[in-house]
Amino acid sequence: MADENDEGGIVLSPEQQRRRRARSLAIALALGALVLLVYLVTVVKLGPGVLKRPL
Amino acid sequence: MSLVSDNAVLERPLRAPATAHPCMAGVGDYISLLKPRVMSLVVFTALVGLLVAPGRMHPVLVLAALVCIAIGAGAAGALNMWYDADIDALMRRTAARPLPAGRIAPGEALGFGMILAVGSVAMLGLVANWLAAGMLAFTIFFYIVIYTMWLKRSTPQNIVIGGAAGAFPPLIGWVAASGGIGIEPLILFAVIFLWTPPHFWALALLRSDDYARAGVPMLPVVRGGAQTRLQILIYSLMLAPVGAFPWLFGFAGPAYGALALVGGAGMIALASRLYAAGDGALAERTARRLFAFSILYLFVLFAALLAENRYAALFAGAAS
Repeated sequence: MADENDEGGIVLSPEQQRRRRARSLAIALALGALVLLVYLVTVVKLGPGVLKRPL
Repeated sequence: MSLVSDNAVLERPLRAPATAHPCMAGVGDYISLLKPRVMSLVVFTALVGLLVAPGRMHPVLVLAALVCIAIGAGAAGALNMWYDADIDALMRRTAARPLPAGRIAPGEALGFGMILAVGSVAMLGLVANWLAAGMLAFTIFFYIVIYTMWLKRSTPQNIVIGGAAGAFPPLIGWVAASGGIGIEPLILFAVIFLWTPPHFWALALLRSDDYARAGVPMLPVVRGGAQTRLQILIYSLMLAPVGAFPWLFGFAGPAYGALALVGGAGMIALASRLYAAGDGALAERTARRLFAFSILYLFVLFAALLAENRYAALFAGAAS
């Protein structure tokens, strides 16, 4: 469980810190997968025209 | 007869879920919010809808559409757990879920579910088409508002009508691939719709104490075991011929037809045995077997449909 330190802030236990790291890593992986999916879908939907668009 | 008249005797004890300690939530808790086992059925039936629909879809788009439908189903699961945390806390089967156990706060589950719901619908619209996206949005709405918030707590017909939410995925997959609705996906919808009552009532017979404790008016709690076993038999009798419709309507082959007829006969045989078993250990054993067999039945039907369709596509490709 989290404890309060002398300054009133919450201090996480080692287990809580480990779980927070795991959550952060999972969010990063999910966002990376989303970016990759959007990239692949964009390439597939636009086809060869992906490089022939006016700037 | 009113759908909401049968649970007047059921009163749900008021009990708030345990206090949440959000910092204790692990990644697995968020994954379990998505109800992965339910999601696996959704993914499989949606994949069959995507692949047997007319028209070719790029494999990357099939994968992306499937991910969207799976995430949409997961969002519905998370929102369901958010709303049902009070009754989940009272049932043995669900008491260890992240919300009643206090590992995830209600607001976090709500936010998680809403973000995934909006994101999956928007993404499916961009990947496939907006008709499929609209149907995914309607399915999530139906599962949360119509089933979870209304029917589940108010009528023993809850899973009959609410079962429509579980029947939508092959329809969404079909619409995502073809852009339109035909008789074929409606038949697939009907198969899952009629499969749901015998499947869930077999489980409800085994868990009726849990449902009674939580005040959920499942059919065995409100009407008793005998009426539930009769209803299981009636729905199995309707399911068996409808399960063979894809073959009778010509969009599945003879292998599917044979499996559907044998499987349908198996469903009817088990439902009849359950009906004749009365209360007791034999009925419990038969309900357990029917529950397991119903999962196998649906899996085999959809797998056969997919296998036949792929084989036919391969053969057509080789001939041209």
